[in-house]
Amino acid sequence: MNLMMLLEMAVSGFGEREAVRSGSEALTYEQLFAAAGAAAERLAASGCEHAAILDVNSLAVPVTLFASAWAGRPFVPLNYRLTDGELSALAERIAPSLLIAAPERAASLAALPGASVVDRETLLAGTRGAVAREPSWAMEGDDIAILLFTSGTTGAPKAAVIRHRHLVSYVLGSVEFGGAGEDETALVSVPPYHIAGMAAITSSVYAGRRIVQLPAFSADAWVETARRERATHAFVVPTMLARIVDLLESQGDATLPELRAISYGGGKMPLAVIERAMKRLPEASFTNAYGLTETSSTIAVLGPDDHRAAASSSDPAVRQRLASVGRPLPSVEVEIRDARGRCVAAGEHGEVFVRGEQVSGEYLGRGSTIDAEGWFATRDGGFLDAAGYLFLDGRIDDVIVRGGENMSPGEIEEVLLAHEAVADCAVVGIPDEQWGEAVAAAVVLASGREVNVEALQQWVRDRLRSSRTPQRIVFRAELPYNETGKLLRRRVKAELLEES
Amino acid sequence: MARLKTGTRLRSAVCSTQVMIVAAPDAEVELTCGGHALIDAAATPGEDLALSPDAAKGTTLGKRYVSPDGKLELLCLKAGQGTLALAGAPLALKEAKPLPSSD
Repeated sequence: MNLMMLLEMAVSGFGEREAVRSGSEALTYEQLFAAAGAAAERLAASGCEHAAILDVNSLAVPVTLFASAWAGRPFVPLNYRLTDGELSALAERIAPSLLIAAPERAASLAALPGASVVDRETLLAGTRGAVAREPSWAMEGDDIAILLFTSGTTGAPKAAVIRHRHLVSYVLGSVEFGGAGEDETALVSVPPYHIAGMAAITSSVYAGRRIVQLPAFSADAWVETARRERATHAFVVPTMLARIVDLLESQGDATLPELRAISYGGGKMPLAVIERAMKRLPEASFTNAYGLTETSSTIAVLGPDDHRAAASSSDPAVRQRLASVGRPLPSVEVEIRDARGRCVAAGEHGEVFVRGEQVSGEYLGRGSTIDAEGWFATRDGGFLDAAGYLFLDGRIDDVIVRGGENMSPGEIEEVLLAHEAVADCAVVGIPDEQWGEAVAAAVVLASGREVNVEALQQWVRDRLRSSRTPQRIVFRAELPYNETGKLLRRRVKAELLEES
Repeated sequence: MARLKTGTRLRSAVCSTQVMIVAAPDAEVELTCGGHALIDAAATPGEDLALSPDAAKGTTLGKRYVSPDGKLELLCLKAGQGTLALAGAPLALKEAKPLPSSD
């Protein structure tokens, strides 16, 4: 098994079709294959052990991804928002590496330890017009395909190991070969260092769905590109969708009639945002995808039919499913376990465990965290309802323990968000002498609205147990998110502690 | 007869068919295409072999082929004229249930 096999099949099936476009430049599947072969030769000749890239979405991303697979070197997409100091620490861990860089960063990255820097345009220039090489990649599924440094919201970045067999299994289990129509175009705006960016490339290539890359996300550029390129499919994280809907609403009755499938994931989607999006884009179907880096992307989906059924049902249990992440993929099993490791019944909360060929659960230097039966502990809390829909409570590490009572921030946040004056909020635990931990909340007010602390406390007390009422509430202009929409709770907490 | 390993690539000895083993039974099996045993993808087929006329229904790129018990599953990487068969019995085309695009 090798990722290159997916591209090779696309070449056999529909090689002359456009595979990927970035602005005015594009590659067909045949050209992408030829470019990957040429770049693989360069990589093999370099003597480097890893192929890293520090770039926005550009043609160099798929070219280097497939070249790495061909040459048998792990592909390491790096976050272009990291400081030189942070990058230096990561570069040491993957030395010696060939580092493909955005031209404006190439010079400053030359000092990184163990990195031979090649700027993106030089790499691409060397692959233009390349003749397709004979396939020569290893079919070793155990070889490492991608090393992804996790966002590090809970400490120093860990390098998640994704082997060829994980990602290929994911694609084979969730995508039909050549299943996309010739008119289909996926707009890819998630950064290349996110697992969703990697999954978007491999899945689209296998489906035969043209990729249009957005170098970096902004709502204006996204909407403009979606219109110009007649995008039919797109994956977005919740913060992106919120900004897109804001923009469309500010443009009067603007819609995107070509866009027929929007999938979202990467963080909790506020109910209000998805409901607004469904109203604003009635032609589009919505899919919620839940997955982790360690599971090679998606493991559960709430599909378009589920969305429609939930939005139009009078049954509260069915309506509630709009807040779920749907049901596991057919190729994946999900279990909920209690703190002692026993499976719990439907409706009971616990930790989400997952098993399947696509699940890697491995970190560089730390080995696999998968147990003897193949199960991976996600560290996400949640429950399955009677029909098998998976609901998430949030990260287990974020659970607040107040006087022996466990509470998940998500439940309290949902109640706060239901208040008309609350636009966004984050609930965290802060140290408390009496209770061990106390509940605190940072709240962003909706524009033009006002509410005081006492009224918000009363609002929560009326709807949840009084122990879950935030003891402290502060107001903020905005909350800290990373660029892929993940709320940085540690920062919220640190700022609260600094002020007290 | 051969024991198959998941993830390996094999080719037909008599047509252009190439497959990858997606799932394999834990036993020695007789896997053929066009009436002749599949060989390693890098191997050169013998010249005296010919496509068997009663095993020439063809393979389709990107389709999955499964044995009746589901223990053997192949993915077609290159199409050809031969019929894939396990111990002489043709493998069935596996119908894929479409999933919503999540990427």
